[in-house]
Amino acid sequence: MFNQYFQPNDILIIYPELLLALFAMGVMIIDLFLDRAWKVLNAFTALVGIAYAAYALYRLKSNALNLSGYNHAILNDSFAIYFQFVFLIATALVILISARYLSIEGENRGDYYALILLSLIGMNFMVMGIDLITLYIALELMAVSEYILVGYLRTNRQSNEAAMKFFLLGAFSSGILLYGISLLYGISGSTDLRVIAQRLAERPSHDPIALVAVVTLTAGLLFKIGGVPFHQWLPDAYEGAPSTITTFISVAPKAASFALILRIFIVGLKPLETSWVPVLSVVCVLTMTLGNITAISQSNIKRLLAYSSIAHAGYLLLGLIAGNEYGITGIAIYFLVYAFMNIGIWTLVVAMRRKDLIGDQIQDMAGMIYKNPGAAVLMLVFLLSLAGIPPTAGFIGKYYLFASVIQTHHYVLAVIAVLNAAISLYYYFRVVVVMFMSEKTDEEKMTLSPGVLTSLAVTLVFTLLIGIYPEPFIRFAQNSLSLFQ
Amino acid sequence: MPRNYIPILIFITLAFLFPIVTLAILRWVRPSVPHKAKLSPYECGVDPVYQPRERYTVRYYIVAILFVVFDVETVFLFPWAIRYDVLGLFGLMEMLVFLGILIVGFVWLWKQGALEWV
Amino acid sequence: MEPRTYLWLIPILPLLGATLNGVLGRRFSRAAVSAIALLSTGLSCALAIFEVVTLSDVFPIIERHFTWIQAGSLRVGYDLLLDPLSSVMVLVVTVVGLLIHIYSVGYMAHEEGPNFGGFYRFFSYMNLFMFAMLTLVLANNYVLMFVGWEGVGLCSYLLIGFYFRKQSASDAGKKAFITNRIGDFGLTLGLFSLFWMFGTLDYQPIFARAAAMPVEPLHQFGALTIITLLLFIGATGKSAQIPLYVWLPDAMEGPTPVSALIHAATMVTAGVYMMARSNVLFSHAPTTLLIVAVIGAITALFAGTMGLVQRDMKRILAYSTISQLGYMFLACGVGAYAAGIFHLMTHAFFKALLFLAAGSVMHAMRGELDIFKMGGLRKKMATTYWTFLIASLAIAGIPGFSGFFSKDEILWRAFNSPEYGRLLWAVGWITAGLTALYMFRIVFVAFHGEFRGGDEAWHHAHESPRVIRVPLVLLAVGALLAGYVQVPKFIFGGVEKFSDFLAPVFASTTTHGVAETAVNGGHHLELGLTALSVLIALAGIGIAYLVFRAKPERADLLEQKLKPLHSLLFHKYWIDELYSTLFIRPIQFLSTWVLWKIVDLFVIDGLGVNGSGFVVRGLGRGLRHLQSGRVRAYAGWVVLGAVLIVAFLVFKV
Repeated sequence: MFNQYFQPNDILIIYPELLLALFAMGVMIIDLFLDRAWKVLNAFTALVGIAYAAYALYRLKSNALNLSGYNHAILNDSFAIYFQFVFLIATALVILISARYLSIEGENRGDYYALILLSLIGMNFMVMGIDLITLYIALELMAVSEYILVGYLRTNRQSNEAAMKFFLLGAFSSGILLYGISLLYGISGSTDLRVIAQRLAERPSHDPIALVAVVTLTAGLLFKIGGVPFHQWLPDAYEGAPSTITTFISVAPKAASFALILRIFIVGLKPLETSWVPVLSVVCVLTMTLGNITAISQSNIKRLLAYSSIAHAGYLLLGLIAGNEYGITGIAIYFLVYAFMNIGIWTLVVAMRRKDLIGDQIQDMAGMIYKNPGAAVLMLVFLLSLAGIPPTAGFIGKYYLFASVIQTHHYVLAVIAVLNAAISLYYYFRVVVVMFMSEKTDEEKMTLSPGVLTSLAVTLVFTLLIGIYPEPFIRFAQNSLSLFQ
Repeated sequence: MPRNYIPILIFITLAFLFPIVTLAILRWVRPSVPHKAKLSPYECGVDPVYQPRERYTVRYYIVAILFVVFDVETVFLFPWAIRYDVLGLFGLMEMLVFLGILIVGFVWLWKQGALEWV
Repeated sequence: MEPRTYLWLIPILPLLGATLNGVLGRRFSRAAVSAIALLSTGLSCALAIFEVVTLSDVFPIIERHFTWIQAGSLRVGYDLLLDPLSSVMVLVVTVVGLLIHIYSVGYMAHEEGPNFGGFYRFFSYMNLFMFAMLTLVLANNYVLMFVGWEGVGLCSYLLIGFYFRKQSASDAGKKAFITNRIGDFGLTLGLFSLFWMFGTLDYQPIFARAAAMPVEPLHQFGALTIITLLLFIGATGKSAQIPLYVWLPDAMEGPTPVSALIHAATMVTAGVYMMARSNVLFSHAPTTLLIVAVIGAITALFAGTMGLVQRDMKRILAYSTISQLGYMFLACGVGAYAAGIFHLMTHAFFKALLFLAAGSVMHAMRGELDIFKMGGLRKKMATTYWTFLIASLAIAGIPGFSGFFSKDEILWRAFNSPEYGRLLWAVGWITAGLTALYMFRIVFVAFHGEFRGGDEAWHHAHESPRVIRVPLVLLAVGALLAGYVQVPKFIFGGVEKFSDFLAPVFASTTTHGVAETAVNGGHHLELGLTALSVLIALAGIGIAYLVFRAKPERADLLEQKLKPLHSLLFHKYWIDELYSTLFIRPIQFLSTWVLWKIVDLFVIDGLGVNGSGFVVRGLGRGLRHLQSGRVRAYAGWVVLGAVLIVAFLVFKV
């Protein structure tokens, strides 16, 4: 009965995702029977789901590695498991800070959590898939959930506009991506990345069709991570989306898209390296520079962080360009670090949202040191980490990425990257100056719910811990090196 | 491999050429009688009162979306039904899971009041 | 089989206390805060004593915990080292630290008011300091030591500026911080060069390889000389030597226990410790050693003269600290590391005692520190007086007190130094006289004679509570007896426990280095020199008595007659003003005239509003066109991007 379509251990491989799917549906159903006052339970349900999934994943990790299933469409290697852990951590932190924010916005419904969980499932499959169709479906599952979440504030025009833009452009880029996928299928007759790599290696170099396939894939994938010139949706979406969702999409889906890029480029398109490395180098320089320079002139903290996140995507591309063990470890550790520091800083932005104040202007932080000294110091730590200053975690991430391109002799890139890191100091410190040097303009304190406090504590501890004692985390990140096998 | 795409290329070219050629031929063949009534939307009948590009109430969209959802469901069900004997019990289970998920969504929509004609 | 050791607990316990008090202290009562602080320090102290006693036979102990940083070929572990040198330091730090903590409980109890920074915060910083200092001395590599080094610097900054609402206090904090940055910059460069040269930053491999290297010739600048000079720059910053000593007198703005613990007994000696720890490197660089010795001697003399005319009790003690640190540098410079560490230890006791006693006086005088507004306090505060007197006798080098043994050892070794030995000894000898003079100036002016501060203040003056007196007495015992672990040969054949104990640490130095000073001249010469230094100390005391006690008007007369000299000394050789003219003014000038007047006012405001504003707005407009907010435009950019990539690839191929 279990014929060629299905093996018993197929269920085991995707056990965490099955759990998440059950919980996603469960949240929706439970939500129907909850009173307004009890909506916070939804967050708990989702967290329990994530905890279960994390446990299942842990069991999977300790039992066996490189599990392949579903007719070789899925490869649950330690690379995939590492990134799944990153997603689970990021998602859990986002859920922690969501409950209070949603009730302030008056949109406290269960489908929010269900959508986050569904998006998480999509991301998990994105890192597990080794077949282009699976990858595409997973990407869409993640993306569609995101579109809805970005427009989750139904009565907020900005949120709706952001969702609409995000959706249209996302669909557009997906189309381009799909075109590239179909071309690859056309060339190789397979959707399995490993087979594609073999076939591509047999073809002459500078094959125009392969070239077009690379370009369309690059364009479609760069859109997802906000690489220049495919970045323009990003600031609008980040600014318009509910802050918690911005927190989410600035970390987890970005990491997932990057993992997807790694899988496609390092496994599938390795034979075409000579053509995509220069392209990505140019994109990388543009992304870092434009992200950082545009960030300087922003007055809205969400927009500033959006451009900063574009710049960070640029740094991350360094690791892909290097394409060696250092680079991959760098990307992996960077996302772990990024999950903590970025969620930390966004949590503070979320906490700035008060009853009658949106609190997303940099000027709203004036004199924060007098109002919320603790929050101001935390902000400082996260900003230092984003700027990559030791002993914070951001330094470790940047160190690995910059060192990786130096190893592969891309010295120009390394110099530009360091210059960019220096530029970024300028706008991060502008925020610091406003927080510490300006007089306060209002007496409104921050909204610090237990969830927000927990999230802040976790992010702070790890931002400092990874910076001070990086050894075990680097070893953890080196799990991702199974990508090369 | 790109040779396989040549029929598609031909097909696309033909698809582009066909309307152009047709229109060109018609223009060449047809008699030209410019007349006011000839230019009105309906040669025989009443002039339209409203603009044709009118807004529909959002309720129609919900109906349309529901239609699409269940339409897609049928698209999945149909090939399965045809190959039922090959797919066997595994196929049945798979389809039940699929329907189960859809039903959860449906129940949720129902409870949310999406089916009420407000 | 390695014995089971718990070295890591020694620094971690104070860290726990610091964290507990720092995070939750606001909610604790003062009693609970003190209990936590004392308990953590006390346990750490007890553990330190236990470990040193049980392990002294199997030194050195290296406790490896985990790899902390692994980047390329650099491996830095959280490794702790307990050998004779670090055990002396650990004992000094924990014992003196504990006594000062006890004292602080009493001292800070009455602190209140708008300038007060918080009881729990004080103890949290103090414990944090203990953690950093213990990390510094227990580290088994330069990186971990540097972490402790920076940590103590941070705590020092935090504690100097503890009364942060007081302008002078926060200024002093900044001054200390900035001056130390200059020194730390040198130290950082030194560490980089060490890594570059040896490929590691662990102590043992560096020292082993350095010991095998040839000794660099004098008056030449080889690699080791440059490295050690850089390390020495770091040491001058932390240990307040010329030219970076200026921060220490100002650092007295901090609470008195801080001055005692950080700016007298422990942190400022970190430089000496670092040099003693790196003795192999220093001994292979005679040029550096000579510079160290000269700087140490000059610092000792200059700081001593500056201390002569100050009126503020804590400032006099601060200059005295600088002067005594100069002695320790002198000792290291002539290769007498053991003598330097010996003086470090005795100094920790009597200088901590002096500061604590000064704090007790300050308490009685409601914060007044001008010794000329005191007088006759002996009658009111007997314990404080007697302990202060013991410490003064110790620092003056009167036979029988601890300072006598350590100072004499240094002078004797300096005398035997092959380079400028006599001269160095002479400078040290004069300084000894100055030391006795300025110390007994305090004793006679503040504790004897008539009270000069008015009736009301006299009425208020009282002896401090027991919690303050007990540490004073205990430290006095230390100041009295700490010297008997090392007694010169001519006294009953001598005791050499201390130098024997430390000998393994300096072993390679004495066998390979130039510092092996042939102790020639015999005991008679040593006895003679000792007699000379005792004489000059007695002379100092005598002059102090004649001028300040027997006929106090003589002091004013002398001041009148020697007006230029007095003014020079009182203004500390105008060094602060010199630095201000040389470094601070130019920077201020640059920032006011060039950066503000020209760049800000002219370029930004002048051209800015009309000119660059226009440009920026234009640029902004241009960028805004890119970010139009229109979906179609964005989609167009995506397509354009794809086309550009195709073009790029096509043209590249």
